[in-house]
Amino acid sequence: MTHPMRTTAASFVVLLAILVGAPATPAVDFPTGRDAVEHALNRLTFGPRPGEVERVQKMGLSAWIDQQLSPTRIDDSALTSRLPSMPQKPSTINSPQDARRYGREAVQVLAAAKITRAVYSERQLEEVLVDFWFNHFNVFAGKGRTSLFIPEYEREAIRPHVLGKFRDLLGATAKSPAMLFYLDNWLSADPKAAEQLAAQQRQRRAGRGQQPPQNAQNRKRGLNENYGRELLELHTLGVDGGYTQQDVIEVARAFTGWTIGRPESPARGRLANRRGRAAQAAPPTDMDLGDSQFRFVRALHDSGAKVVLGQRIEAGGGMEDGERVLDIVAAHPATARHIATKLVRRFVNDDPPEALVARVAARFRETNGDLREVVRAVITSPEFFAADTRRAKMKTPLEFVTSAVRATGRDMSDARPMLRALQQLGMAPYQCQPPTGYDDTAETWITAGALVTRMNVAQQIAGADRATIIGGPEFQKR
Amino acid sequence: MISRRVFVKSGAMAMVSLGFAPSFLARAAEGATGRKRLLIAIFQRGAVDGLNMIVPYGEADYYKLRPSIAIPKPGAAEGAVDLDGFFALHPRMAALKPLWDNSSLAIVHACGSPDTTRSHFDAQDYMESATPGVKSTRDGWLNRYLQATGSDSSPLRGVAVARQMPRSMQGHAPTLAVGNVEAFNVRGGMGAERELEDAFKGSSDSLLSGSAKAAFEAMRTLRTASGGPYQPAAGVEYPRSPFGQAMQEIARIAKSDVGLEIAFAEATNWDHHVAEGGTQGQIAQRLDDFARGLAALTQDLGERMSETVILTMSEFGRAVAENGNRGTDHGHGNAMLLLGGPVKGRKVYGKWPGLGADQRFEGRDLAVTTDFRDVFAEVSTRHLSLTSDALARVFPRFTASSPLGLIRA
Repeated sequence: MTHPMRTTAASFVVLLAILVGAPATPAVDFPTGRDAVEHALNRLTFGPRPGEVERVQKMGLSAWIDQQLSPTRIDDSALTSRLPSMPQKPSTINSPQDARRYGREAVQVLAAAKITRAVYSERQLEEVLVDFWFNHFNVFAGKGRTSLFIPEYEREAIRPHVLGKFRDLLGATAKSPAMLFYLDNWLSADPKAAEQLAAQQRQRRAGRGQQPPQNAQNRKRGLNENYGRELLELHTLGVDGGYTQQDVIEVARAFTGWTIGRPESPARGRLANRRGRAAQAAPPTDMDLGDSQFRFVRALHDSGAKVVLGQRIEAGGGMEDGERVLDIVAAHPATARHIATKLVRRFVNDDPPEALVARVAARFRETNGDLREVVRAVITSPEFFAADTRRAKMKTPLEFVTSAVRATGRDMSDARPMLRALQQLGMAPYQCQPPTGYDDTAETWITAGALVTRMNVAQQIAGADRATIIGGPEFQKR
Repeated sequence: MISRRVFVKSGAMAMVSLGFAPSFLARAAEGATGRKRLLIAIFQRGAVDGLNMIVPYGEADYYKLRPSIAIPKPGAAEGAVDLDGFFALHPRMAALKPLWDNSSLAIVHACGSPDTTRSHFDAQDYMESATPGVKSTRDGWLNRYLQATGSDSSPLRGVAVARQMPRSMQGHAPTLAVGNVEAFNVRGGMGAERELEDAFKGSSDSLLSGSAKAAFEAMRTLRTASGGPYQPAAGVEYPRSPFGQAMQEIARIAKSDVGLEIAFAEATNWDHHVAEGGTQGQIAQRLDDFARGLAALTQDLGERMSETVILTMSEFGRAVAENGNRGTDHGHGNAMLLLGGPVKGRKVYGKWPGLGADQRFEGRDLAVTTDFRDVFAEVSTRHLSLTSDALARVFPRFTASSPLGLIRA
């Protein structure tokens, strides 16, 4: 079946690569067959729509992939009219009930928007990657006020960077109120600095003849390792990335003072100047969270020197300590490998082929984590198109539900049935509690119980005539 | 048959349900009904704070290191519920005290993994695969137990009441993960069901065909055995929480006599890095739900508890000292609970390492003195039917220590 011209072309590319000393990344010569296009659509989109295979075949798979990797070149105006409008964020939040109500509503609408985008956006690969990176930097809507911050988190920390630089993506998540809240860093403080701050505040209150507030947020605080650990284990190096408990502590120290606060208003600024630095540095109270943003509070920061993964961060770096840590971990070879492994698992195989992981990790390093090039390396690889890769992945519930709707070509203006199905299948958007995010392997999702649910969801979404196809075995694969 | 069951319930076997019965009576019950011995494994995901669950109130360091979240000593206002003069239950777990008193609740404290990871993900993985430090293990220990002990291919031998198959139950032996028994059937009529069953039978993918085979078999069996809404035993009230409902589903499946040997459920949300609380607050609410769910299950199962062990576990414990946010960070050793007639209860097992600075693991955590696999192995061999020859198939690269004596002979 191999076309002689193609073999020659492929050998030429490999030869060229060797000659110019580029890494031996065998550029694939794009297969053009129907099967290959269907495979690409299965893996790089939320499933082919009726007639889509033919359209992509006509356009050429290579051109289509290029286009998907530059989503701004794709007209997506038809989607906009379908997206539900987000609820208005109240300017002030006066009670925990208000906060919960708005948070719940915002996440419900966002989940509907996510499904709508997955089904109807023309920028399919971008949507797939937004899902992938949100899951990689997972935050859970059910933890306290996290839900208040999730719409902005996905829109501003995740989406703009999914085909950008990893370091930018990492930095955006590190400073996002969603992550700072979810992994508790907003409360982490140098115990000594926190003690000093509390004493100053007590003094100030006493000077004004005020009683200390009950259950004050400014009570004694200290170091919280939660973000430091997950940054190393999940976001960057990976659990086998070679860090120690001491590294976790040093990273946590570097991020003390990275917290959440109200935007600095001019009036507040003047007040702060009169009261001196301690007032300005006052940690946010719970009620402030509604309109909070990232703030660095020097008075909570541990200003001593740190040693992270063998690299010394000198004393007195202030907020830059955290940035330095992000630089160190983003450039660490274990991070390149960890990200490469996860992307290859998502796009190629549950058991990532070692040679491909190594090449993708190399691409990550030589492009300083340029995610467009890293993804390109994965999805244009021979392994991606290999015969035994095709239909070797099982659809996650999200992929199953959205691909079912896409396959029918039906117009679904109401996302609620799909969201209910995802709830039943254990993959509701923004509802994954642990920071690991949802799993991406077949064994987790293909179980006796889940198959029965899928058969019933197929009935519901596809109607009786197609239920046995969409609920059947072939449709579970991608 | 019915009269025998009535006799069994009302007569001598009442003793069994209290956990006092000699083992021959329990075996007689087993023989009479054709029932298998049952293990119900409960995973507290997120690392429960074992020191606030089973409180070592005899340790001065416990109070020194937890100024805002320690549970007061028994006798104090909102004090812990004393067990043995040194350990006590969190006051919101008082629902379990009667089981301690009738000797069907035991605790293994300072129990955990030889691996020192403080990663939730890794530690859960190691506990569920029961191969600490080895990541390449594909199947879970409960699945390997099923593989090693039966040729019966019914997926109803092992049921996880969960939407996803937990790692502990993954593997070649057919098992079932189901959220709710009542919703477990294919809609669209028998025609659709048959067509789908045939399609999956023909699939070349063994995961798909195997899971579907298990699903259709289980559906048929459960349809026959337990139709309609479930009615718990008189007076039993399950918490309306996900955990309470999971406990109820387990009772329903166990009582429908479909050959259940291993049941699994999880209790979530224990990762309290901030504002953990003590007698009130987050952990108190979670433990309240947990204890009431367990207590309801034991009451609902009634005399079946004579052949049932409930075993609770969590991936690791939490640091002895509270952190800077009145919460606790990830630690090491933890406590496991065992409940049921076969349990030699009213005792806290395991060597207590103490909480002093030099007694703590890495200066900060409760040390581990009992390998969690020793507990798993003992339950598998003494309560369930695993032979010591087959022990290595379920717990590879593991040599069991001498038994703790958790299970009645």
